[in-house]
Amino acid sequence: MSDMNKNNTTENQNTLAEEQEIVNTDAVETAEAEAFNAEDEALSKLESVGNVEEEAAKTLNPTPKEKASVKKNKKSKKKEAEEEVYHKPLIKRRKPNRSIAGDIFLYFFLVVVAIIMFFPIIYAVESALKPLDELFKFPPRIFAQNPTLDNFSDLFVTLGKSWVSFSRYLFNTVFITGLGTFGHLVVASMAAFVLAKYDFPGGKTFFKLVTVAMMFTGYVTGIPNYIIMSKLHMIDTYWAIIIPAFAFPMGLFLMKQFMEGLPTSLIEAAKIDGATEWTVFTKIVMPNVKPAWLTLIIFSVQSLWNNKASTVIYSEEMKTLPFAMQQIQAGGIARTGEAAAVLVVLMIVPIAIFIFSESQILETMASSGLKD
Amino acid sequence: MSQFLKDYVKVKKHNFRVGVKRARLSRNCYLFLAPYAIIFTMFYILPVVVSIVFGFTYYNILEAPRFVGLQNYISLFLEDDIFLMAIKNTFMIAIITGPLGYLGSFLFAWLINELPRWVRSVAVVVFYAPSIAGNCYVIFSVFFRGDAYGYVNAFLMNTGIIDTPILWFIDPRYMLPVCMLVILWMSLGAGFLSFVAGLQGIDKSQYEAGYMDGVKNRWQELWFITLPNMKPMLMFGAVMSITQAFSVCEVTMTLCGYPSTDYAARTIVTHLFDYGFSRFEMGYACSIATILFLIMILCNKAIQSMLSRVGT
Repeated sequence: MSDMNKNNTTENQNTLAEEQEIVNTDAVETAEAEAFNAEDEALSKLESVGNVEEEAAKTLNPTPKEKASVKKNKKSKKKEAEEEVYHKPLIKRRKPNRSIAGDIFLYFFLVVVAIIMFFPIIYAVESALKPLDELFKFPPRIFAQNPTLDNFSDLFVTLGKSWVSFSRYLFNTVFITGLGTFGHLVVASMAAFVLAKYDFPGGKTFFKLVTVAMMFTGYVTGIPNYIIMSKLHMIDTYWAIIIPAFAFPMGLFLMKQFMEGLPTSLIEAAKIDGATEWTVFTKIVMPNVKPAWLTLIIFSVQSLWNNKASTVIYSEEMKTLPFAMQQIQAGGIARTGEAAAVLVVLMIVPIAIFIFSESQILETMASSGLKD
Repeated sequence: MSQFLKDYVKVKKHNFRVGVKRARLSRNCYLFLAPYAIIFTMFYILPVVVSIVFGFTYYNILEAPRFVGLQNYISLFLEDDIFLMAIKNTFMIAIITGPLGYLGSFLFAWLINELPRWVRSVAVVVFYAPSIAGNCYVIFSVFFRGDAYGYVNAFLMNTGIIDTPILWFIDPRYMLPVCMLVILWMSLGAGFLSFVAGLQGIDKSQYEAGYMDGVKNRWQELWFITLPNMKPMLMFGAVMSITQAFSVCEVTMTLCGYPSTDYAARTIVTHLFDYGFSRFEMGYACSIATILFLIMILCNKAIQSMLSRVGT
C-alpha cells in the first residue's frame, strides 16, 4: 500500500505542476498580482503568524483548483521574500501541526519512562560498587557513598580458590563469543552477498526459508538440536554453541537487506576489470558494508555473551560466565555484591559495543524492513 | 487436450533445462552460499523436521525411537494438566506483553524521532539497553524480594497499602504480573531499533506534502504518512516481538524458580525443557516443540495479514 500512496503523491505533484504551468502560460497575471499583494500583507504579520498560507488563502478565496497552484507559486515567492527580509531564519520553525500542550505532555511522559527503564541498570551498577555494609542499608540509597571495586576483585578471589577459576569462565565466554561472532560474520556475509546481488535458481526460495526461520528460532529447535548434536558427537564441546551461531538467521537477513542497497555497477565494474567473485567480495563488498558488520556483531555478541549453554555443555571447565553467575547468586546473601559485579561484567560488553556503534547500527536497521 | 499436455511438458522441460544451465553457470553462487546453507539446514531446518517426526514417537535417547502415533498429542491435551496450564500462561504473557511491547517500541521510537540528534542517540541507548543487558533482570528479584526489606514491599507497607509483605515470586497470584512487568521492561529490542531507523528514513517531503493537503495534527500525520511508510519495519518488529513473546522462559525460570509454586509460572518452553533436558522424554518434548512451532508460525502469518491493512 505504501507504494500506492507514494504513487498518489507523485501523481498529485505532477498534476500540480501541470496546473501551475497552465496557470502561468494562460497568464493569469491578475491572480498572481493578487497573490503578491496578499503575500505582502501576510509578510507584514510574519513575526507572529506561523501559517501564512492559510491567511493568504482566506483573503484570496480562490476556487479549489487555483488554490493549489497559487499555494505553489506563493511558496516559492515566500521563500524569496523571506530570504530578502531575514537572511537566515533565526529560530527553526516548529512543525505547523503540533500543539505545545501535546509536546509537553509527550516529552514529560518520555522522560518518566526513560528514568524507569534505566533505573534497574543504574541500580545494578551501583550495587556492584557498594561495599557490603552499604548493600543492606535500609532505607536503601541508589548511589554508593564509598564506591569500591572490592566486589570485582572478590570475584577473582572467591572463584580463584574454586576448582574452576573465574578467569576460566570468562575465557570460555570470550572464546565462544569471539569465534562465534567472527564465523557468523564471514559465513552470513558470504551467503548474503550472493543472495543480494545474484539471481540464481533457488536463491529466493532459500531467503524465504530464512525469513520463516526468524519467526521460530530459539527454543523450538532446542530439543531436536540436542538430538542432532548428540549424533554428531558435538555435545559437551564448544562447537555445540559456536557452530549453530554461525547460521543465526537474523544476521543473514539484515546483511542481505543492507547489501541490496549497494550499487550493482560497482560489482560489474570490478568484474570488467577482471576480478573474481572472491576478490569482489573481499575487496569491494565487505569494505562497503561496515555498518552492517557492526549490526551483526552486536546481535551475535548479545546472544552468545548471555548464553548459559547449560543444556549442551556439561563439563564444569567449559561452562560460561552466565552459568557461573547463577552459582554465585545461589551463594545467597553473602554473595550479593559479587553477583552484582558479575551482572555488570555481563551487561557492560553488549551495551558498550552498542554505544560505540549506534549510528552504524541504525544505518543498517533502516533497511531491515520485511516485505511480504 | 493431448496437444496442450504435450506443450505443457515441453515448456516444463525447457524451463528445467534453462534452470539447470543457469544453476551450472552460477556455480560460484552456490559455493558462496554453501557454508551458510549447510549449517542453516543442519541446525534450523532439520530440527523442525526432526521434531515433527519424533513428535510421533516415544524416544528417550538410549532406546531406539518407537512409533506411537498421536499418543503424545493426545496425552498433551487430555492428560497433561500442567501443559494446559503452560499454554494458558504462555498465551497470557504473549497476549499482554507482545502487543504492549510492540506498541511501546513504536511509540518510543516515534517520540524520540523528533528530538535533536544527540538527545536521540542517548535516548536510544537508554531504551534499548535493558534488552541487551542480558541477565540484568535478575536485579528485579532485589526490588521484589519477599520479605519486608524488599523495596516494593517496604514501599507498599510504609504507605499503608498492605500490612504483610507479599511473596512476589512465591505467591501464584503475583508471579505472572511481576514477570510480565520484567518482560515488558526488556521488550524494546531489535524491533525498536528497526523503528527508530525506519522513522529516520522517511522522506521529509512527504510530510510537507501532507501539510499542504491539510494534515491537522500529529495523529493524522502518524496514520496517513508515517505508518504506511513504516510497513516493512512494522512487519519486522512484529516478527521479533511475536517470537519473543512466545519463547518466554528464562525470566520466569530465573525469577520464580524451576519448577515454580503450583506451576503458576510455567510456560510452554519451560515444559519443553522439563521433558527434554530433565526427563529425557525426547519424543514428548518434540511434540511440544512442534506445537510451539505451529503457534509461532500461525501467529506471525495472522499478524502479517493484519498489518498489511495498516494505513489504508
